Amino acid sequence: MNAHNEDRLKRLLQEALPRIEGEPEPGRDLWPAVLRRLDAQPAAPPWFDWALLAGLVGFVAFFPASIPVFLYYL
Amino acid sequence: MENGSSGVLSEFQQGNVDAFETLFRLHQRAVYGWILRIVRNPAAAEDLTVETFWRIHRAHARFQPSRGFEGWARRIATHAALDWLRTGRPECALTAEVSAELAARTIADAAVTAEIRQKTALAFGRLKPKLRIAATLAVVEEQPHKDVAEALGISVAAVKLRVFRALRLLRKDLERQGITP
Repeated sequence: MNAHNEDRLKRLLQEALPRIEGEPEPGRDLWPAVLRRLDAQPAAPPWFDWALLAGLVGFVAFFPASIPVFLYYL
Repeated sequence: MENGSSGVLSEFQQGNVDAFETLFRLHQRAVYGWILRIVRNPAAAEDLTVETFWRIHRAHARFQPSRGFEGWARRIATHAALDWLRTGRPECALTAEVSAELAARTIADAAVTAEIRQKTALAFGRLKPKLRIAATLAVVEEQPHKDVAEALGISVAAVKLRVFRALRLLRKDLERQGITP
């Protein structure tokens, strides 16, 4: 992709996705929501997340060559 | 974003909620704007701003006042937005948002039809989030590469590489649809 083509693609992308101008403001005061979030108990990860993690660790331990593949898709 | 005084920053680091509120009031608009530029969905940007400040508060003990609040907050906000993009929901949001935007807009460039712009936006939405976020900030929002790199926690060269890969994949996707940009 040469520089000219790249510039055309950038212009097309800028046309497709309008730039957000200025400094937008949230539509409501978010501080009460932050306080509620702080007061809420942290959600414990569900058991299947731990099972998935354990499975992944086991897989990587048996097939270390798969690590670059995982890193690529992260 | 302005940095708060060093006293407020030190108090925040020690877990003072009043100092946290002061910093929130100072920076919420900038954090919201930054997130909105990434996710392009006002409701999601509000939720992610709350999530960002919750993460900021949770990490207050690790904050280093000497390094300033702005860059740190922006980095946390970027990662919160990236997590949201990775859930897969944004493609629906992007489609609706962009479709409405495109429908409302007149044709800015006669050579580029609304259909091509819509296909471009949808193809862009199919890119991997880590490529999309770099291209959104660097190309669409024209943020300095240095700021994008700092927000993503990568080097400027890595930002340029991600933008290059995003554009290359976008071109391939468009060409598969018969569009030659």
